[in-house]
Amino acid sequence: MIHVNNIHKSFDGTHILKGVETQFENGKTNLIIGQSGSGKTVFLKCLLGLFMPEEGSISYDGKIYKDLTPDEKRNLRQEMGMVFQGSALFDSMTVAGNVMFPLEMFTKQSKSEMQDRVDIVLKRVNLIDAHHKYPSEISGGMQKRVAIARAIVMNPKYLFCDEPNSGLDPRTSIIIDNLIKEITEEYNITTVINTHDMNSVMQIGEKIIFLKNGLKEWEGTKHEIFKTDNKAVTDFVYSSDLFKKVRQMYIEEKN
Amino acid sequence: MNYLASIGSYAIMIKEVFKKPTKWSIMKSLILKEIDELIYGSLGILIFISFFIGGVVAIQTALNITSELIPKNLVGFATRQSIILEFAPTFCSIIMAGKVGSYITSSIGTMRVTEQIDALEVMGVNALNYLVFPKIVALMLYPFIIAIAMYVGIFGGWFAGVFGGFSTSADFIEGVQLDFIPFHITYSFLKTIVFAFVLATIPSYHGFYMKGGALEVGKASTTSFVWTSVVIIIINYILTQLLLG
Repeated sequence: MIHVNNIHKSFDGTHILKGVETQFENGKTNLIIGQSGSGKTVFLKCLLGLFMPEEGSISYDGKIYKDLTPDEKRNLRQEMGMVFQGSALFDSMTVAGNVMFPLEMFTKQSKSEMQDRVDIVLKRVNLIDAHHKYPSEISGGMQKRVAIARAIVMNPKYLFCDEPNSGLDPRTSIIIDNLIKEITEEYNITTVINTHDMNSVMQIGEKIIFLKNGLKEWEGTKHEIFKTDNKAVTDFVYSSDLFKKVRQMYIEEKN
Repeated sequence: MNYLASIGSYAIMIKEVFKKPTKWSIMKSLILKEIDELIYGSLGILIFISFFIGGVVAIQTALNITSELIPKNLVGFATRQSIILEFAPTFCSIIMAGKVGSYITSSIGTMRVTEQIDALEVMGVNALNYLVFPKIVALMLYPFIIAIAMYVGIFGGWFAGVFGGFSTSADFIEGVQLDFIPFHITYSFLKTIVFAFVLATIPSYHGFYMKGGALEVGKASTTSFVWTSVVIIIINYILTQLLLG
């Protein structure tokens, strides 16, 4: 479980996060949504330890990040998996090389043990046939799946995804969403996803946090988001006619 | 003020490069890859340039000897001195700042833009050690290619001098052997080692700390070339004053 306690973060005098407070539970898919510039990426980078909040704290299963020694921080980071917006695969390595990278860096496993583990996760993301290809030789959706495989190869306790559906077609987006949700449940991971994609919100959002101007404006489940009358949330989520109709149908069905 | 801040963050970067080393089994393959890219990959262009510059130095020296009192072996002597003292270590390093420096800045800068460096940091890898240290180690072999550049440069001078009709082979070789001071080679290699460190670290600094997108990668490569060249020229002056002055 991740506890976020009143964090503040500024850059060059601009206050980006103004006291965000929330918690993310194990085995659940948590979504952070909000308009561009609302502070989502900064919030995610604070959760990853890439940015240090000036005020407040973040604790991971009771361990307060800012109080950890550099070695403890490094060990904690090895319990985190991250899927970047652009996949961030290493161009010079094959798919298998990318997935094997964290194992080579941080474990003392033999080559065959590492290979077995890579095969398991590549099978899990349906990419075993592409193990010898380079990132430039595979599609965007496949790159995202490789990034997921690399993120879970070390059996992380926390999985962070920055807009995992950006640049993908709707069908591939659904595949990626479902894969993340299944993996979250299977491995009992605390998953936090930063997204703009309303399909993801409706599909996998077990807990949704809406950020606005660096503050948590609203939080709830995907069912609660249909019923909320928070104007900022409804303006953002139901900005398209399609989602307005979906909401209307949901309310009619419930009534 | 900005320059001071850059010098400070460069010094911090150098400290970080030597902290928390990457596993030797991985580092070994990274070093071999960098030797292939930075050293072996530069051999061709340096041999090509050295040969022709050596030739030009010999021709120009010969054309400027107008007095009968000046010995004919001056062509070989001047070619050797200019190649060993300046052309091979300094001029080649400026060329390397363009070739290797731009490559280092753009490859690290692209990794920054595509979040590959963030990915390394999130995993708990010391990205500076992983990316910059192998380049420093690989470029410590730079004196070897400079030694080759010296040989080829002098050979180019001999070739142009003899086959261009500016000198006889005997006069040229006599000039090459005349008043040879072995310390000049030591001086040259000492400079080369320092330039190798500059060639590995300044372009890495510009790539690692760049911000923005593809356009900024291009700008960072240009800035890196300018600063690497400026630093090489300043260090060249200081080392020459210290070692030969």
